Amino acid sequence: MKDIAIVSFAQSDCRRDAGACNEVELIMPVIEQAMQAVGLNNSQDVDFTCSGSCDYQQGAAFAFVMGVDALGAVPPIKESHVEMDAAWALYESMLKISMGQAESALIYGFGKSSPGELPTVLSQQLDPYYLAPLWVDSVSLAALQARVLLDRGLLSEQDMAAVVARSRANAKANNPHAQLAGDVSVEELLAESPWVAPLRKHDCCPISDGASAMVICTIEKARAWGKPYAVIRGIDHRMESHNIGARDLTRSVSTELAAAQAGVDRGPVEVAELYAPFSHQEIILSQALGLDDSTEINPSGGVLAGNLMMASGLSRIGEVATRIMSGDVRRGVAHATSGPCLQHNLVAVLEAA
Amino acid sequence: MSDLLRQQFVLGYTYTRSTGPVVGRFLTELRQRKIVGTRGDDGRVFVPPMEFDPVTASALDEFVEVSDRGEVVSWCWISEPRDSHPFDEPFAWALVLLDGADVPMVHAVAAPEAEMHTGMRVQARWSEEPRGYITDIACFEPEVTQGEG
Repeated sequence: MKDIAIVSFAQSDCRRDAGACNEVELIMPVIEQAMQAVGLNNSQDVDFTCSGSCDYQQGAAFAFVMGVDALGAVPPIKESHVEMDAAWALYESMLKISMGQAESALIYGFGKSSPGELPTVLSQQLDPYYLAPLWVDSVSLAALQARVLLDRGLLSEQDMAAVVARSRANAKANNPHAQLAGDVSVEELLAESPWVAPLRKHDCCPISDGASAMVICTIEKARAWGKPYAVIRGIDHRMESHNIGARDLTRSVSTELAAAQAGVDRGPVEVAELYAPFSHQEIILSQALGLDDSTEINPSGGVLAGNLMMASGLSRIGEVATRIMSGDVRRGVAHATSGPCLQHNLVAVLEAA
Repeated sequence: MSDLLRQQFVLGYTYTRSTGPVVGRFLTELRQRKIVGTRGDDGRVFVPPMEFDPVTASALDEFVEVSDRGEVVSWCWISEPRDSHPFDEPFAWALVLLDGADVPMVHAVAAPEAEMHTGMRVQARWSEEPRGYITDIACFEPEVTQGEG
């Protein structure tokens, strides 16, 4: 795929409950912010718009269509939607640009999880005959995965708590939109009782309402706009079996494959933003991506500091892009996930222009 | 802000789906309190049966009957069951590897937390009237071997 530029990114605060604020009202401010950063007025000024969300969160078929109200639906625009995290809306937009059908695109993802019980809602994305009727929730499946790792001695509860402590500290230092931030020690965290043993509550990402948005375009267009931009040098996504028992839960094979295709190892990885909804999964992902101490992992705090369901993957890419656009780093990796126990993974390599 | 409009809303999808020759066979066998899987290209027995091999993607049609007893290969403890969960009392979700299967299945285990451990032996507790659903296996429970019961 040809190189594509990220020219702007915006994300809302991660809030446990946005109250009466509806999806459109969550989306509008981030779209406006992302557009204004590059001097665009509205969705008429880009060639393509693509969003990511999940109708199950709103509890109504085609609920995502209402999100389009945030754009102004008249006059008509070229628009699409993925029932996935908006990181995949970015992927679709890149295909659209690569095919020559657009030079620029607006991408947004949104999720208002507070009206429902998100782990229960997510149980309905599972196999409809074998798992969904059991209503086994997303936290429980992650806990089964964590136990496999702990039983085999591949990580310890201290390792998991260390991930959480770093997430909270990074969020406090770097992320004004975080829901959970602060200074906590590994000892303090381990003193908490188990929740869904072996997971403690802090091992699990919080549930957040909010949205994020991004503008991408061809390299030529980015130069014409004359704004700083980050280049998406490689991107790939791979999916593993929906049968959790058939997978090696101690690894993320799909992340390994996507990382190889995206070219993660073709240069230094200064920063990585990983979509790890559970603490042990950050360790699995770091290993799958071949990261070591030379990489700063989740400087934003990652999704353990705030998880905008269906927008967090796009936000991981936006967090890396922002650091490149500001000149802090020259090369980074962003990751997005979907499905139970890291079933489906997207890896993007971003570089300075 | 505190006075939100609330209304009861029941979401229903009135579709009828055919479960097909693989999933359908599994669900039909459950009515007879039997558990079947399919054999993958590498010889692994998947329980519940998979329609396609997850590695080669070829269609699978060799059925293998397995035991309704097996071993817990991972588990988590639900101290506060959710409304949708199968029990009101604390219970475990587990990956259960049935005897004769090579791939574990996810199901509930009803047992005291102190008895739960990786490697524990369990057996299916069947529902009173199996109807061809995964929930015909009400749950798994600690295995009772001859002489104990």
